[in-house]
Amino acid sequence: MVKVSFKVNGQARALELDTRTTLLDALREHLRLTGTKKGCDHGQCGACTVIVEGRRINSCLSLAVMHEGDSITTIEGLGTPEKMHPMQAAFVTHDGYQCGYCTPGQICSAVAVLNEIKAGVPSHVSADLTARPHVSVDEIRERMSGNICRCGAYSNIVDAITEVAGRKA
Amino acid sequence: MKSFTYERADAPAEAAAAAMRTPGSRFIAGGTNLLDLMKLEIETPAHLIDVNRLALDKIEPMSDGGLRIGALVRNTDLAADARVRRDYALLSRALLAGASGQLRNRATTAGNLLQRTRCPYFYDTNQPCNKRTPGSGCAAIGGFNRTLAVIGASEACIATHPSDMAVAMRALDATIETVRPDGKTRTVAIVDFYRAPGSTPHLETALEPGELITAVTLPKPVGGTHIYHKVRDRASYAFALISVGAIIQRDGSGRVALGGVAYKPWRVEAAEAEMPRGARAVTTALLAGAKPTHENAFKLLLVERTLSAALAQARA
Ligand SMILES: Cc1cc2nc3c(=O)[nH]c(=O)nc-3n(C[C@H](O)[C@H](O)[C@H](O)COP(=O)(O)OP(=O)(O)OC[C@H]3O[C@@H](n4cnc5c(N)ncnc54)[C@H](O)[C@@H]3O)c2cc1C
Ligand code: SF4
Ligand code: FES
Ligand code: FES
Repeated sequence: MVKVSFKVNGQARALELDTRTTLLDALREHLRLTGTKKGCDHGQCGACTVIVEGRRINSCLSLAVMHEGDSITTIEGLGTPEKMHPMQAAFVTHDGYQCGYCTPGQICSAVAVLNEIKAGVPSHVSADLTARPHVSVDEIRERMSGNICRCGAYSNIVDAITEVAGRKA
Repeated sequence: MKSFTYERADAPAEAAAAAMRTPGSRFIAGGTNLLDLMKLEIETPAHLIDVNRLALDKIEPMSDGGLRIGALVRNTDLAADARVRRDYALLSRALLAGASGQLRNRATTAGNLLQRTRCPYFYDTNQPCNKRTPGSGCAAIGGFNRTLAVIGASEACIATHPSDMAVAMRALDATIETVRPDGKTRTVAIVDFYRAPGSTPHLETALEPGELITAVTLPKPVGGTHIYHKVRDRASYAFALISVGAIIQRDGSGRVALGGVAYKPWRVEAAEAEMPRGARAVTTALLAGAKPTHENAFKLLLVERTLSAALAQARA
């Protein structure tokens, strides 16, 4: 067992965990933040996406003990049913889901994607590497490829993200 | 997952020394490959040394005009670095073609070089695999081997190295800097870094036990048009069937390294003399002596056509 403390959704948390505990299991099983989902548990689906120190990661492929002192944002920290984050609201407006299982990961990822574009991080489909990337359907699709949706809600997901990106610009 | 003890290292030499102190130690960086394999009990370290707090996360210019990339620089940050985008675009392109945004945010330079094969039988612990269990045999030879090596393989193993980044590093003549448990440092050219499978496919690199990668350096920029073409079964978030990393100069000369064909990024400097004669001539020289299986012979033609597309793009 090891001790680890980090901030989750702004709140300081201290846990004593088996070293094997992933960040995903720490959130779900120990902190009861079950919004973050376990799909594949192997980095292949994106359902477990959370934002750590401002960057999206797969929480299933990270050990909780590796996050000492980190600030973690999960879907619960982005917004609540009463006070939704604009990305959550846009997913509702555009029906960006069917079963909803991939949705928390999609939304965390989408929020981070728009920040990555704003920060000038290029992508595989950016035509000119030295130019600033801009929001486009192709850019969103490529950058969101780490989030699989078994229900195939992709086109509505792209619409939701496009709307939020437009509002921001 | 097997249980393990855990420590955080504060200095590179200390991390290397710690690895020798505790038997069964492994370094963990992004964890995106190691943890995946630990869950499947393909990797079973008794002790993890977390290297994430080491101050090896910087990209710095060198006095010879090259670039030193810290071992812990995340794939996203390396791909997004302005100097890399301008002078080593092949490296940016290769990184951006790999994995997903979430994974690239964690994956490190050293971890990427050291990621293990994606041979499906390596992952299936019910199957014989000489790389996973030395001496047990190779289920891929005679099995489903469409994705596996066409050249440089052995009777014991036909796995490929899955990294996109390593292909660019090979074309750019990268050098790997390390520190050993006794505190001594050394450098290994990427051409000497990956070990041929031979009869010991479980031994994959020139690293000694406990040796820590501290940085990867690139020589000064060589100019030219940088192209990375990756061919895969879906358009994103998939490993390469084959990939072509090319640096093509105005006069038609250049460099080519391939991914997805061998246990290492495949480059044959002598084959590059054929560049002005076109893709077929280069591919023939580059893949001379290839021994594809009936399932993956398509890779030879795929390399030629992908290189042909790259040459056409450079001319345009
Ligand atoms: C779903 C999925 C898709 C992927 N797709 C691609 C793809 O398309 N292309 C691609 O190239 N890659 C792909 N990857 C692989 C990914 O790039 C690697 O997992 C990643 O680069 C590994 O880096 P890491 O820092 O997380 O390594 P870790 O998992 O932390 O470590 C990997 C190995 O390196 C060792 N190590 C780490 N740092 C050091 C050091 N400083 N010195 C010595 N040893 C060290 C560790 O002990 C371990 O053995 C994919 C991975 C996943 C899960
Ligand atoms: S090709 Fe190599 S990794 Fe794959 S089953 Fe054979 S020995 Fe194992
Ligand atoms: S549960 Fe983490 S990527 Fe699928
Ligand atoms: S909404 Fe069902 S998996 Fe995406």
